[in-house]
Amino acid sequence: MDSGRPPVAAAACADATIVIIGAGQAGGWAAQTVRKEGFAGRLVLIGDELHPPHERPPLSKAVLAGEAAPESTRLMKPDAFDALALDWRPGARATRIDRTSKRLEMADGTTLNYDKLILCTGGRARLLALAGADAPGVHTLRTIDDALALAPVLKPGGSVVVVGGGWIGLEVAATARKKGADVVVVEAQSRLCERTVPREISEHLLALHRSNGTQIVLGAGVTGLSRDQHGKAVVTLADGSALACDAIVVGIGLVPNDELARDAGLECDGGVIVDARCRTSDPDILAAGDVAVTPNPWVGQRVRLESWQNAQDQGIAAARSALGLEVDYQPLPWFWSDQYGMNLQIYGIPKPAHRVVVRGVPGSESFVLFYLDGDVVKAALGPNAARDLRFARRLIEQRKPVDAQRLADTSVAMAKI
Amino acid sequence: MTTTTTQWIDAGAQDSVPLDDVIGVAVDGRQIALYSVDGDVYATDNICTHGHALLCEGFLEGHEIECPLHQGKFDVRTGQPTCAPATEPLRSYPVKIEGGRVWLAID
Repeated sequence: MDSGRPPVAAAACADATIVIIGAGQAGGWAAQTVRKEGFAGRLVLIGDELHPPHERPPLSKAVLAGEAAPESTRLMKPDAFDALALDWRPGARATRIDRTSKRLEMADGTTLNYDKLILCTGGRARLLALAGADAPGVHTLRTIDDALALAPVLKPGGSVVVVGGGWIGLEVAATARKKGADVVVVEAQSRLCERTVPREISEHLLALHRSNGTQIVLGAGVTGLSRDQHGKAVVTLADGSALACDAIVVGIGLVPNDELARDAGLECDGGVIVDARCRTSDPDILAAGDVAVTPNPWVGQRVRLESWQNAQDQGIAAARSALGLEVDYQPLPWFWSDQYGMNLQIYGIPKPAHRVVVRGVPGSESFVLFYLDGDVVKAALGPNAARDLRFARRLIEQRKPVDAQRLADTSVAMAKI
Repeated sequence: MTTTTTQWIDAGAQDSVPLDDVIGVAVDGRQIALYSVDGDVYATDNICTHGHALLCEGFLEGHEIECPLHQGKFDVRTGQPTCAPATEPLRSYPVKIEGGRVWLAID
């Protein structure tokens, strides 16, 4: 421990209680970190699912494909989880935060006092605003249970319509094709992943999916969900056409679970607003992961990051902050997606004002797009280029001017730039 | 107490490990990562304890190897995890250099 700092904050006393709401990746890392930093008090972990903390990326891939057991996604082995000595409450829900008396009201009618509260409530899959949006045969993919419910349809002869050509939709489509099902992806925008990647990458994804036999319909709004006389689920599009299938998978984004925070009067804006120490507008309440809206200097504004990296690292940061330790959480956003064996990675946030430098040939299996502000790299992304992109991350973090010509020259090793 | 004689196994030529870089080798049926840092060679298991990726495809900075899959980190001298999501140590192996070869002690 650093000298010159009070050794233990009030919340770190052995008779203190830290409550974490949400037992996903952020909540799981927060719990592990609180203990790792030596907190000996009561630690309560509340999860609305029955599963212990786990990572979600495999749920749309290996778990959905039946290649990995749901248990393989767990953050901790059972003995490590037991060693945290948690008051673990699976299948439980908090219904109200009483900030004045620092007390939670639970759905089962009990109450729970806290000294520090960490909100890791994540989000839920957005549903279509249409009749039948939650009917049988209409799936979303967020949880282990979602993956297990969809998996049986993904087989030769099975058919799936994916509504939404974003990351979840495309990963589900890739897994479904791999398992031999027929797949149609319906996207309302004119290109795939329009919100998160530039046009070159959208085109790369489109070609990748089409070459793997996935049918993609762009610029197509969904106007109806129904069931035909054969028991098939039916998606009706704005042009009047209808697609019948065994399962509809809706992947149109995430709704942050910030209701508890909003009802408690915490500052929210499409999620719970926190500072670089992960504190909400109430300093005894922190937030981390998919639900948290955080100022990010790399983005230049407040942002809610929906990523594996953020769930882990902000969960760790919030736990440390709750214990009074030094925290300055300003991550360079990092995101990846795996589809048909292709690994796409993104560092930073590409912006229209940036100058684009291309390394390699767009459309080929592996290439990198760099986004520069003047001569400084601000973002980089590309398929099957993990190693080059790892060097790109260093360039972004160093904020040093680079020679764009050398950056574009594949004969110059990234390590030498 | 039993005494065991250390078995040193040839893992390859020292100059096959580029300076400040990492390579993967198979030694005695195991996947091993060899690292060269400041002229010293270190050896650990090559498979990350978190996500089953090969560390020889990772990013070596100083004495830290970063997994290419989730960017967990380990100290190559000890195998100890230094950054999440890595929490379990890698097995590390004693190394000696003799006759221009890298020798590992594997029990």
